[in-house]
Amino acid sequence: MATYKSIAYSPLSNAGSQVLLEELTASTSATMSFTSKINSTYKEYLFEFINIHSGTDDKHLTFQVSTDGGSSYGLTLTNSNFSARHQENDGTGSIAYTDNDVAQGTGFAVIAEGLGDENDGSASGYLQLYNPSDTTFVKHYISQFSLMNFSNPPQAVNYFTAGYFNTTSDIDAIQFKMSSGNIDAGTIKMYGIN
Amino acid sequence: MATYSSIRHNFSVANSSTSSQIGAGAMKLIKSIDSDGSDSTISFVDGASSVVLDNTYKTYIFELINIHPESNDAYLKFQCSIDGGSNYNVACTSTFFASYHLEDDSGAGLNYDTNLDLAQGTGFMSIGYGGSNLGDACEVSRLWLFNPSNTTFVKHFTLSGNGNLKAAIHGNNHNFAGGYFNTTSAIDAIQFKFATDEIQAGTIKMYGIA
Repeated sequence: MATYKSIAYSPLSNAGSQVLLEELTASTSATMSFTSKINSTYKEYLFEFINIHSGTDDKHLTFQVSTDGGSSYGLTLTNSNFSARHQENDGTGSIAYTDNDVAQGTGFAVIAEGLGDENDGSASGYLQLYNPSDTTFVKHYISQFSLMNFSNPPQAVNYFTAGYFNTTSDIDAIQFKMSSGNIDAGTIKMYGIN
Repeated sequence: MATYSSIRHNFSVANSSTSSQIGAGAMKLIKSIDSDGSDSTISFVDGASSVVLDNTYKTYIFELINIHPESNDAYLKFQCSIDGGSNYNVACTSTFFASYHLEDDSGAGLNYDTNLDLAQGTGFMSIGYGGSNLGDACEVSRLWLFNPSNTTFVKHFTLSGNGNLKAAIHGNNHNFAGGYFNTTSAIDAIQFKFATDEIQAGTIKMYGIA
């Protein structure tokens, strides 16, 4: 039987156990990569995205991971995606499964769909990557974003995706980029969570 | 491709304004407010009662724990302020959807709710459905507010929560919302309340993410 001694009480257990490891700030960046500090020190890594601004209209924020320290990014993954959206002019709000899903693909996975390039538009959200250094199981991730998309008038999009990299190898690097064009501005923070 | 010369790494002590935060515990409890049993609103205002809601942190998390309404079928909501809490009426465009499941297993589903989203609305944004005011009923939620002090971009938020459905319909609702306050002004206050009547129990904790 579980006892208080062995139960980690979430969410308060996060207090003090979420450690900022690295912070990158985009400046017309083609890619943003974390190539160190992803190891067995933490069983969960949290990436926080603050005001990611696309340099080009209607592009997706995407990511992939590496097992060779960032020399290559192309692990096999399977995921699902859905989003809720609502236009500023009160066009019909909706929730739907999106066609950005991947089935054993090795390309970059979408985590925020169709960013606009308006000056005040951006995407903010988070990505949780679980136990990347494990060598027994596949590597799961969960992500949620709020973004202003490219449509006119813009839509508020709440974008959800989750999936797994189908590998038992040790993941040690992660890269983010737009589906094309640059990340014009924005900050990505990487945390380790005990 | 970004290089070390074109991106700023704040683990560089010499070049970073936040380098002291690297390696530190990142989720800082700023303020915890317990309901006094008859709160018409619960507010967090920058500079008041030890609250920090400015550019000290780029992300703020609000944990809503066991929020209990005075009245049955009251909707828990929130809004933000750009004038230190004098007004809570920032234009917001948002989405809202939820899954639910009844205790007697007679119903379950997932629905987008066009009554609870906003399209440039200045009213309060729903956190959940109208909940039960039965003695053991309450609502929990986590709200992320991103970069409220930024003066270039709109202000994004996401939330997820779970609560009891109203008293006549015993079951849970699992809520998801997201959107943005369509302002480039700095947000410096946030307020929570039920659409009708009081917050009679519960705690709201405010964290800054370093």
